[in-house]
Amino acid sequence: MTAHIDKEVESVVIRFAGDSGDGMQLTGTQFTNSTALFGNDLATFPDFPAEIRAPLGTLAGVSGFQIHFGSTRVYTPGDQCDVLVVMNVAALKVNLNGLKKGGVIIVNTDGFDAKNLRLANVPEADNPLKNDSLSEYDVKTIDVTKITRTALADSGLGTKEIDRCKNMFVLGLIYWMYHREMDNTIDFIKAKFKKNEAVMNANIKTLTAGWNYGETTEMFANRFNVAKAKMDPGVYRGIMGNQAATYGLIAAAVKSGLPLFYGTYPITPASDILHELSKYKNFDIKTFQAEDEIAGICAAIGASFGGSLAVTGSSGPGIALKTEAIGLATMLELPLVVVNVQRAGPSTGLPTKTEQADLLQSFYGRNGECPVVILAAQSPADCFIMAYEACRIALEHMIPVFFLSDGYIANGAEPWKFPTAAELPAITVAFAEARNKGDEPFMPYLRDEKLGRPWAVPGTKGLEHRIGGLEKQNITGNISYDAMNHENMVKLRQEKVDRVANYIPAQAIDNGPEEGDLLILGWGGTYGALKTATLQLRGMGYNVSHAHLRYLNPFPSNLAELLGKFKKVVIPELNNGQLVKIIRDKYFIDAIPYNKIQGQPFMAAEVVAKIKEILD
Amino acid sequence: MTDLAEKLTAKDFSSDQEVRWCPGCGDYSILKQVQTVLPELNRPREEFVFISGIGCSSRFPYYMDTFGMHSIHGRATAVATGLKSTRPELSVWIITGDGDALSIGGNHFIHLLRRNPDVNVLLFNNQIYGLTKGQYSPTSEQGKVTKSTPMGSLDYPFNPIALSLGADATFVARSMDRDPKHLQMVIKRGYEHAGTSLVEIYQNCNVFNDGAFEIFTEKGSKKLETIMLENGKPLVFGENNDKGIKLDGFKPIIVDLNDASVNDLWIHDEEDLVKATILSRFYDDPSIEGHFPRPFGIFYVNNKKETFDNLFNAQIAYAKETFGKGDLDKLIAGKETWVVN
Repeated sequence: MTAHIDKEVESVVIRFAGDSGDGMQLTGTQFTNSTALFGNDLATFPDFPAEIRAPLGTLAGVSGFQIHFGSTRVYTPGDQCDVLVVMNVAALKVNLNGLKKGGVIIVNTDGFDAKNLRLANVPEADNPLKNDSLSEYDVKTIDVTKITRTALADSGLGTKEIDRCKNMFVLGLIYWMYHREMDNTIDFIKAKFKKNEAVMNANIKTLTAGWNYGETTEMFANRFNVAKAKMDPGVYRGIMGNQAATYGLIAAAVKSGLPLFYGTYPITPASDILHELSKYKNFDIKTFQAEDEIAGICAAIGASFGGSLAVTGSSGPGIALKTEAIGLATMLELPLVVVNVQRAGPSTGLPTKTEQADLLQSFYGRNGECPVVILAAQSPADCFIMAYEACRIALEHMIPVFFLSDGYIANGAEPWKFPTAAELPAITVAFAEARNKGDEPFMPYLRDEKLGRPWAVPGTKGLEHRIGGLEKQNITGNISYDAMNHENMVKLRQEKVDRVANYIPAQAIDNGPEEGDLLILGWGGTYGALKTATLQLRGMGYNVSHAHLRYLNPFPSNLAELLGKFKKVVIPELNNGQLVKIIRDKYFIDAIPYNKIQGQPFMAAEVVAKIKEILD
Repeated sequence: MTDLAEKLTAKDFSSDQEVRWCPGCGDYSILKQVQTVLPELNRPREEFVFISGIGCSSRFPYYMDTFGMHSIHGRATAVATGLKSTRPELSVWIITGDGDALSIGGNHFIHLLRRNPDVNVLLFNNQIYGLTKGQYSPTSEQGKVTKSTPMGSLDYPFNPIALSLGADATFVARSMDRDPKHLQMVIKRGYEHAGTSLVEIYQNCNVFNDGAFEIFTEKGSKKLETIMLENGKPLVFGENNDKGIKLDGFKPIIVDLNDASVNDLWIHDEEDLVKATILSRFYDDPSIEGHFPRPFGIFYVNNKKETFDNLFNAQIAYAKETFGKGDLDKLIAGKETWVVN
């Protein structure tokens, strides 16, 4: 037994990287869960290839999972990591520039043999473990494969099965380094392999072996304590973005008293919403995996006509296919939620990488004048309330609503101080009531103060009516080719969207004074990075503020006033400049774009550097 | 089904909208037959929903005083699937045409048939694009000269009956606009079928494709060129019912009843998929020597395949029974929580 010195640290960033078959996502997720239960604040970033099993050992096949956890508030997965775990040379090559100078590299030496060097295009003479290229880092070499095989020699498992346990060794070692409990992972292994005791025992044994390795060898002089974070009092859980969106949709169904219909077609990174929703049929959740994206949304429109809370979900390419049907829903003036978990485009683009480049598609991507309501979530947990809001607005205003998420927050995780069902705002839905002979004739396009029309579901006596994609007369809903009627209807549909502004919260400054030199205006999944950057800038004495938009169409009604109080407005986006166009157009402000289009989230340091450049 | 307090009539199903098809269009007859059949179904008017796509036929819902939706091109099948799945108690009808169902909506069409929700499809086949003023359609004969094919069309036509059988449809029938009694009978049978009923209706477009089905619909040729399928009855046709179809193994043969006995003829069996498949291929060009007559009536019925809406809702019911009504607070909290004081 060796004596180790315990060090207190405020926050740590660890990146697990290996082959896409090495189980790095599972390792990262397990560490995340245990860390959340311990009480740290955290943010995660899974970064994996589009191929399910990319070529073994290659650069393209590297899968990474980054977690940032701390005793203070954590808003991003971290710009650079303190600890980099690499299972092979390809993982090192891909991730080394993301490691802080002086950071720790934990290396599985077996992944640096001749074969792995060749697959990663590293000449044998340049093996980074055998030259001084890593001299600026604290390198810990362990032959994880060999130790795992030795530990499991009498497990009765074959070499292939034994090698699959390698990630548990690494996880055990990291648990030891950071004083984490292993119980949660042991329970997970027991549940996952309950039908295969040999594999279950092998995983637990390897996990423990990793822990013991840290304890008994002298390789690690220090262990680290990251104290519990000082978070708002309350009950927390860990949550991922797609999971939160799912719960938001279910919550809206329960609170509105309607069954939920989700018509969709599998697509990365939105499919997990389908997978999650389909588990909860007992909540009256009806999932329909259609033959294509178009059928997914059209079936949802059919369900909406019939009185369900109807939702369709996809990512950019699928949304493109749904375009015509979104126009139909706009004309029918039926409630519909369209979920877009954005990914890097155009076309197939980078399916597993994140981007915010579908904002203009949401605003303008349809034929004719076709405005819809647009909301965007700003963090994994925020997907819950924004998906819920999308449903509330769709149902109460009889209108299609876009709910934008992105690959980064969809797969990212964070602690969530979750609400109770009772705390959620009410969603009020009233179907049009039956009529008898002699009653006034039913007018399907008679409007209320929100400009919403009655929801008259088939099966209701006396409400027989026809709706369709053709232009219609206001109030009666009859087909109309009248010139002035069309102009009036186009303006009514726009006004209907605009009036939603009366039913959403005012825009707040997230951080910083209400007026000043510079406002960082963001939207969607960049919240964490922009918040962190703002905190750092303010720490350096810069007079900057940060506001983050979650309601994009219509904008909150106080936005013009808010923007007017800053000398400069900078709009950082993960696209080639989209929100900035809309803000310039709508408010005549010379907003400054700051764009990153690399399929990767912003690093706080990049934003800090950009703002300093503007202000200095 | 409950008896209605007030007996509905065809007029009750006619909306106040002016019908705007071209004078002489076959669609008028189909509208009339549907309005005639619906009151006989003893069902409240508000339970009927007509959903259409785009095309001349798809104006149909506007003329019916029921619930209706004129949706987008080719997608009525998908809209109807969503409605029927969530509101299985409604009577859902899909109005579509050869372009709408078989061209732009081809994908949804085959998937509707394989899923088998309990809806009724009326496919108005006029072998032409009418609304866009006369281009060839996926059922036009090869070599069709139209505005878009001045040298003749190159595409081989779809055979809607064979396509439907290939997609595992559970009710497949053909009728024509010019035979009101037959059309009413087929529509009614389609309605009664539990599952998707596909009724192909030969419909004359007197503006862009006049007389396309004349040989099957006009008195002078109808008896020789068509065969009216009746379950349990031999396949007889001809001017004086003097011809029949015999099966030699799987090979159909036209026989003269002056030489052969009616007892040797093929007896139509609606539930026989193999025979229905052979019948569906009676799709010859009537100008070819030795061609088979075109069958009308019900080709195939499969009552054993469960409907999609039943299966869909049975899962929901099973989940509620097994796991109980969902508890939102439990769902949101999940399995593992921690408290920050």
